[in-house]
Amino acid sequence: MKLLAPGTEIDGFRVGECIHAGGMAHIYAVEYAQAGRSPGFAMAMKIPRMTAGDGAENIVGFEVEQQILSVLSGPHVPRFVAAGDLMRLPYLVMEYVPGETLQDWLDKTPLPERSAEQIAALGAATAHAAHSLHQQNVCHLDLKPANVLVRADGSAVLLDFGLSCHAHYPDLLAEEMRKAVGSPAWIAPEQVVGVRGDPRSDIFAIGVMLYEMATGELPFGAPTTAGGLRQRLWMTPVPPRKHRADVPPWLQEIILRCLEPGAAERYPSAAHLAFDLGNPGQVLLTERGARTEGTPIGTHLRRWVRAAGMHYEPSPLPAHQIEDTPIVMVAVPHDDVTDATLYSLRQAVARSLGIRPGARLACVTVVSPSASSASDSERSETTLQRQHMARLRQWAQGIDLAGHPVSYHVLEAGDVAQALVRYAAGNHVSMMILGAATHGLQTQRFIATVPMRVARDAPCTVILVKQALPFAQLDRG
Amino acid sequence: MKIALLSDIHANRQAFATCLQHARAHGAEQFALLGDLVGYGGEPAAVVEQAMALAAQGAQLVLGNHDAMALAPPPAPRDRSELGAQWTHDQLSPAQRAFLGALPLTARLGASALLAHASADTPAQWRYVEDSGAAERSMDAARQLDPAIRYVFSGHVHEQVLYFLTPTGKLMRFAPEPGVPIPVPQHRQWLAIAGSVGQPRDGDARAMYAVFDDAAATITFHRVPYDHLATAAAIRAAGLPAFYAERLEKGL
Repeated sequence: MKLLAPGTEIDGFRVGECIHAGGMAHIYAVEYAQAGRSPGFAMAMKIPRMTAGDGAENIVGFEVEQQILSVLSGPHVPRFVAAGDLMRLPYLVMEYVPGETLQDWLDKTPLPERSAEQIAALGAATAHAAHSLHQQNVCHLDLKPANVLVRADGSAVLLDFGLSCHAHYPDLLAEEMRKAVGSPAWIAPEQVVGVRGDPRSDIFAIGVMLYEMATGELPFGAPTTAGGLRQRLWMTPVPPRKHRADVPPWLQEIILRCLEPGAAERYPSAAHLAFDLGNPGQVLLTERGARTEGTPIGTHLRRWVRAAGMHYEPSPLPAHQIEDTPIVMVAVPHDDVTDATLYSLRQAVARSLGIRPGARLACVTVVSPSASSASDSERSETTLQRQHMARLRQWAQGIDLAGHPVSYHVLEAGDVAQALVRYAAGNHVSMMILGAATHGLQTQRFIATVPMRVARDAPCTVILVKQALPFAQLDRG
Repeated sequence: MKIALLSDIHANRQAFATCLQHARAHGAEQFALLGDLVGYGGEPAAVVEQAMALAAQGAQLVLGNHDAMALAPPPAPRDRSELGAQWTHDQLSPAQRAFLGALPLTARLGASALLAHASADTPAQWRYVEDSGAAERSMDAARQLDPAIRYVFSGHVHEQVLYFLTPTGKLMRFAPEPGVPIPVPQHRQWLAIAGSVGQPRDGDARAMYAVFDDAAATITFHRVPYDHLATAAAIRAAGLPAFYAERLEKGL
């Protein structure tokens, strides 16, 4: 389709300049033709290069994008405005999001200037965006640097849903995908063999992007043959630290975990990935993080044999899958708290983790900023932090944490309830456990207490734990 | 316009009434009844009466195999499904029988949709659309009738399924999630099985029906709870085989 002249009107939209001429589509700035009408944000119109005249089947990716974008919501996707009839005049009008893509960032940032913290922040923003998509039962399946837009505030917006998969819609691409359309450099191994709809495929793609940001190299190159694509079914990429010695072990650990050939070995959800990227100091380091040499050929050969049997398997619903491996948060009080309460909290956490293999635990305590003192070294901020961290670790010692990643966090805030709720929202926590009568509550019968406010405002399930009976009985005696 | 698709009501007055109410509450303005108004259930006369009222308001109806059987009950029932046919026949008034007798095997719903109780491929044979092959034959038959037909809506198999042609012309089967409006654009071909209002058989006792929105080009499959124990009690009270009541209680 040839370029539209500025000023052309389409279904009530006035076309402005062409912002982007891609291989599949042109993108124009547009506004409503009607004077004074505005949605409150800038708009862009995407028009496929193929038209209905080329056969509707050629624009199936465009059809998929129309269907999926129109039902997605939240800050991590461009807002949907309108869609044209696919047979008559295919177009898609959506929010124009200002920002630069990760590809722009890669192009303009020389390797030595990319810090691990910067890479982690970009990766975490992408993972948060992917998680928001997975919660809506959609897998993106074509994440790559050109499809991740970073806003000025650091949050990410995902673009281009032409290869995406909605778990509750018939998958128009199910057949085609057996031949692995997609972007060869970033596609996950299971996509190569035709699996569509596993959110962990998006985690793999984020791993490829992190690898690219950290080393300037693609972990599996950009294969052009089917055999080249299948390599990732068995191959462990060269460790990033071999490319660049100053990649910290925690970042390598995260990257290589994302790039595990078996989806079950990767992070169980993008929220877990974002969590590790946001807490480098608490990443559980394994041999993966320390590696500086490639995998021996014998190991690869064994995996190659095993990979030969990989075939198409349906996946569970994304939203179910990520709920199965939740992030559980426990608010551990430090002031004015009885042993019985601490004991009961520990019991509740152990029970909650016990029925959820793979769940991660975040132990959080909130301290008042006024508690620290700049002059008194006993009460200096770092000393207090250290003391609270040690208390949290000690508290958690009684819990059987086999198989559960755990981390400890000391938050500084005046408003305890608000700090807990914000932490839960920011980390996609699925369940928060806190004492029903903690955080200085007894004295506050007539005002909104911390547990009440948390229960009301938290974006997740809240379990209020009552003090265990045996202790109360003992006290009475 | 939103059109509610209701099939295999099977003389279940409670389930029928609950689905109609649910559909109206969800904006349905028109109704299409896809056959098997009667059979198995204990209140055939009430259900046919309700169907006649809907027809008078413009609803589209097609005949089902149990409707046909109630009009001409087999003298010697061969299996459990034929047991109650004579009883049903006797419950219906001559006017109600005449109404059923005048129902067509297939009917058009607007320009783009065809209604058929079973497969649209020789509809009088009551072929089950149980797999992609059968769905393809039904869709082919509809297309031969008129190339403008993009949707075939059926019942008969008592489950909710959506079949569709992929861009490469392969027929795929899709199990819908209740309550989700699924895009069914008109440039593709679709065959939707609305499920059974009055006799679910998948272990879930809730009634099934679907809503087609022709303007938005979406179809939404619904599962609706109703007082199925009251229906089972009505079947026992009518003196029909106990098996008919038990299967409703269990949704089998």
